[in-house]
Formats: sequence, structure tokens, C-alpha cells
Amino acid sequence: MREITYRDALNEAIAEEMTRDPNVFLMGEEVGYYQGAYKVTRGLLEKFGAERVIDTPIAESGFAGVGVGAAMTGLRPIIEFMTWNFSFVAIDQIVNSAAKMLQMSAGQFKIPIVFRGPNASARQVGSQHSHSVDAIYTNFPGLYVVYPSTARDAKGLLKMAIRDDNPVVFLEGETLYSQKGEVPDASEDELIEFGKARIAREGKDVTVVTWGRPYATVLEVAKELEAEGISCEVIDPRTLRPLDHGTILESVKKTNRCVVVHEHWPYGGPGAEIVDRVQREAFDHLDSPVLRATNLDVPMPYAAGLENDVIVGKDRIKQTILKSLYR
Amino acid sequence: MSEELLAHYRQMQRIRRVEEEAARAYLAGKIGGFLHLYIGQEAIAVGAEGAIRDTDYVITTYRDHGHALARGTSARAIMAELFGRDTGISRGLGGSMHMFDAEHRFLGGHGIVGGHIALGAGAAFRCKYLKTEDVVLCFFGDGATPIGGFHEGLTLAAIWKLPIVFVCENNQYSMGTPLARTNPVDVAAKSVGYGMPTDRFEGHDVEVVMERLKTAVARARRGEGPSLVEILTYRFRGHSMSDPGKYRTNEEVEEMKRTRDPVRIARDRLAARGVSEESLAKLDAEIEAEVADAVAFADASPHATHTVMNATVLAPSLAYPQRFDGAYAPFTVDAASPSEGGR
Ligand SMILES: Cc1ncc(C[n+]2csc(CCOP(=O)(O)OP(=O)(O)O)c2C)c(N)n1
Ligand SMILES: [Mg+2]
Repeated sequence: MREITYRDALNEAIAEEMTRDPNVFLMGEEVGYYQGAYKVTRGLLEKFGAERVIDTPIAESGFAGVGVGAAMTGLRPIIEFMTWNFSFVAIDQIVNSAAKMLQMSAGQFKIPIVFRGPNASARQVGSQHSHSVDAIYTNFPGLYVVYPSTARDAKGLLKMAIRDDNPVVFLEGETLYSQKGEVPDASEDELIEFGKARIAREGKDVTVVTWGRPYATVLEVAKELEAEGISCEVIDPRTLRPLDHGTILESVKKTNRCVVVHEHWPYGGPGAEIVDRVQREAFDHLDSPVLRATNLDVPMPYAAGLENDVIVGKDRIKQTILKSLYR
Repeated sequence: MSEELLAHYRQMQRIRRVEEEAARAYLAGKIGGFLHLYIGQEAIAVGAEGAIRDTDYVITTYRDHGHALARGTSARAIMAELFGRDTGISRGLGGSMHMFDAEHRFLGGHGIVGGHIALGAGAAFRCKYLKTEDVVLCFFGDGATPIGGFHEGLTLAAIWKLPIVFVCENNQYSMGTPLARTNPVDVAAKSVGYGMPTDRFEGHDVEVVMERLKTAVARARRGEGPSLVEILTYRFRGHSMSDPGKYRTNEEVEEMKRTRDPVRIARDRLAARGVSEESLAKLDAEIEAEVADAVAFADASPHATHTVMNATVLAPSLAYPQRFDGAYAPFTVDAASPSEGGR
């Protein structure tokens, strides 16, 4: 094991998979010569050449569609969106083409494609550039939605996404890129299965499910609450579709309380999905209502102070956990 | 003629100085997020303004400070917006990329490449629908011409003969990618596909920009339909403040600054036409004072508020007067003013 950034973990995953399989290629805006808008693809053009690391014009619908067509006919594209905000102009190809093709063709056309890029809020980039798209893409059957919170998961999940024969929406936390974490050596070729939640911290008083940007904040809060005699069990689902509710339910049956913390807006989405599954499957084990701490239900404002209040942060997380404990 | 050029010089210098101060404030941490500077391209916004009327509309991309200033938005309101203040032109909610000024018929700065091109066509549709004489100027970059939104917007404007001029500010780069790698043909050549007249020229001379755009504007105003105009320009700064600009050489940038600085070109011409250095210096000093005042004003202004943020999610509603069903009411933060800015 060594410590590398989430960004470098993603870079290694792409490089290793491109080395292993010549049919894997990378396409997107500024991925090559510019070395990636967020430097995730640094060095890949030099390593694999312009035939496999392909800079596109600003034409998301076009290159997402090119990716799906190439995947139908045997290639394994990795399509980078400079950020997921720009996937909205390509959503038709993701939803109507990638997600539907297999069933529409009665199993004749598999779509082994990964759509990836930074998701959710950054810092003061305003309402059009701050979307957390997890709630949108998890709604569609025919897609997997992956959202790693640590460097190790980023690498193992991305390698798996590239090898899988299904379309994967791979969400990277924009604010996570520079965070470091332990990652196994390249020789270990670690692949992480989908639908396997990870218990990030064991505890007995309350189960807190979280992913993406608030993940690290939740762990901080858990540490603080420990000092106050409250023990949080923190669970990271890692993939939002498929969703490992088994691990969450096991935990809730032990703690009898559950809080879900996420960045997407509160209306619907995987956050509400988790609440639904917990209340259905563990109703008799619950000592308090399942609560959520989320971003506020408004488009993201620019001003720093407002943005800070809108994004789910330490105070809101802590208060919500305490509330679930009737404190 | 030097009267008009003097006014144009003044506007360009205002844009230049407001943005230079904005860049400084950004480095000092007073402005956050993305900051895309217009420095080097000033002759386009100002020349274009000279070719239209106050009652016409303008819409553009995230690189919008220059256009807002040219339209008539005050330096104070722009600086305050950049600082995230309640006195900003978008009350601190929009930021650098999203300046909107209804009073000056400025339909905004838009963040999604190509997304606003059909909006411009929509405003032109309004002008035709209401049988007004107004026209729309829709600005975008060279990097916007491959995307579907461009194609669809131009197609609709052309078949419906909408009163709009599509102005491509071709600054040679789409972020780090030179035009040759994003477009199979010159931007102007695309006009053929829409059956639109076109024009293509260098845009560092404000008088040239104004005169050449007048033709397309007049055509739109006569009801003869849209045009696609490609103006060659150059941005002297990075794509945004976070762009180290490794995709082009220093020599290239320096050469452009030396030969194609619209502000200097206008100033030199004014001098050649007999405007005294003294009066130019006086004008510059007035602009300095205006910019310093804008920064001080922004600094002293109250922060953007929850009240305005919440009240602008939905308009006052006939269908549902309370507007929110209460489940996720944003009003749970019960302070009118936010926690102190900056994380
Ligand atoms: C649909 C979409 N894709 C990607 C981006 C990210 N992006 C913002 S500006 C830009 C480059 C645009 O270049 P150009 O159109 O030439 O305008 P310029 O910045 O040069 O003024 C890119 C890729 C975006 N905002 N929207
Ligand atoms: Mg450009």
C-alpha cells in the first residue's frame, strides 16, 4: 500500500486498463494535450498516443453518441465529461441510447461504456456548474451509478467499471481529487465489485450512510460525537445503483437509528431510496424516524457565504444525527 | 469622429481596468469560482454596442463582464456581483458567469457552451412576434460552433428569418484547444449551411467592428433575417484564472498584445487625430477613480442574502401562492444574512 491522491488513483485505473485491453480508449474535452481540465488524464496522451486519447470539440451529445456507437460495435470507450453538468446536453445518448440498447435489441447489443467526470459542487462556480447528478442518473434502469469517496475505491471501482459489459455512470467528487488515501500497488490489480457497501467506521448508536463530498465531513463529525459518548457507524454505499441495502439494514438492526447524508437535492434520489428501503425492511428495529441531511433545496448560489450554507456541512450533519438520537 | 472614438476608448478602458482589478481581487481571495477575463477582446463588445440601439438585446457566454459594461451596467454593480454582494447586478447569486441586467436589455452570461444560442433566437422571435424593430446580438466563442445548440439555434433563426446577428468571437482557442482541432472549416463557412450571409474580419479595431456589424444589424432590422459574423480576436489572459496557458507560447501572446491591443490602438488613433495627451490622461484618471470606487463599494456592500436567494427560486405564483410545499422549505436557515463568506 502507498498513499496517492484520488486523482492519481483514477489516472492509474485508466492507464492500467488501457494497457491491458487495446480496445479501451479515452475521449473527451481537453483530456489529451491539455492533460485534463482537472488533470485526471495527465500523461495518458504521451503514454497511449492520440489514437487512443482523443480530444474532442465541445460536442457532448456527439461524442457521447460516438462512444455508444463504438461500444455497440466492440470497443470499450471511456467518455469524460469535463464536469457532469455538461452531461445534460448529452443525456439523450446516455439514457435513450446507452441505457436502453441492450433490452431494446433483446440482448444483441451490449454497451460496455464508462461515462465519467467530476460531479457536484466545487467552490463558488454557481448554479449551472454545481449539480450533483446522482439523483438523476440513478432513476434509469439499464445504468450503473458509481460514486467513490476514497482513492482506493476510485481506483478499484473504475477498473471494474471499465471491464464490465454495461454502461456505467461514474461520478467523481470534484472536491475529492486532491485527497490522499491508501491504494494497493498496481501489481495487485484490485477490482471492487459493485453493490458492496463499505463500513467506513464501526459504531453502535446510529447508522450514518453517506458518499461523495460529505463523506469526510461525516467521519469528522463521528469523531467529535465519539468524544460526546455517541458512537456512529458510517457506511459508504460506493455504488448507488446497485445499492447494497443489506449492509445498511444489518447496521440499522444493530443501531436502531439511521441518518442519510448526501449532496444531491432532498427531493427523491438515492437518499430517499435508502430511507424507503430502511423503513420497509427494518421498520420494527427503528427507534426514531430515518432522517436526512442534504443540500438545501435551492439552485446553488454564487456568494461564498450562501454556498457554504446551502452545501450540507458539519453543523447540519451533527444536528441531524443528534435529532435522530432525540438529543 | 474622434468624439465617438473617444467614447469607445473610454468604454474599452473601463472594461480593461475593471477586469484588471477583478483579477487582483480574485488573487486576494475576494472573488471565487471561475473568472473569465475579456481582456484583449474589448473592441468587440464596445464596437457592437455602437452598432445597435439601447432597446436591442444582447446575450453572451460566461465571458460576460465586458458585454455587461458595454450595455450600461455600472462598474459598481459588476464588481459587487463578483464579490458576492447583495448590491451586485445579480444580487450575488450569479457571480462572474451570470451577470443579468434587464434594465439594459442584457440577457445574461450563460455557463453552458451553446446553451444560450437558442435563447438569443428566442428573444429575436419575441421581437418579430411583437413586430418591434428590436434586434438581438448573440455572442459566443469559436468553441461553441461544434455543439448542437449552435446548429439548432442558427437553423431555427434562419428558417423563421429572426432579427438576430450571431457573433462568433473567435479568439483562436477553446480553453486549451486551437480552432484547427475543433472545427473542420472556418466558422464563417458554416453560414452556407444555414443560408445566412456572413462576414469575417479582425476585431481589434473598434471602428471596424462597429462599421462591419452595422450591415448585419440593419439587415436584421429590415426583417431580412439573421447573419453569422466571425470576428477574429485574441484573449490576452488565460481561459480563466485557473488556466496556466501552456498550450500557447509567450511569444505568441506578447506578439498579439503588441500588435492587436484594442485599447492601445484606439488611444494611439485618438492622439493621431489630435486629442491631447492631457485630455486622455484626464479620462484615464476618471476611469481609475470609477474603478477604485467600484472596488470600495463592493467591499463595503452587504453580503448576498438568504432572503433573496429563497425568494428567487420560483416567481410569485398564481397556481400555488405559497410556492413551496414546505417539506424542504429553504427557509430553515432562519437568518436573513448568511454565515460569513469563504471556506
Ligand atoms: C456544454 C459545455 N461543455 C463544456 C464546458 C466547459 N467549457 C467552458 S468554456 C469552454 C471553452 C469555450 O471556448 P470558446 O467557445 O472558444 O469561448 P472562449 O472561452 O474562448 O470565449 C469549455 C470547454 C461548458 N461550459 N459547457
Ligand atoms: Mg475561444
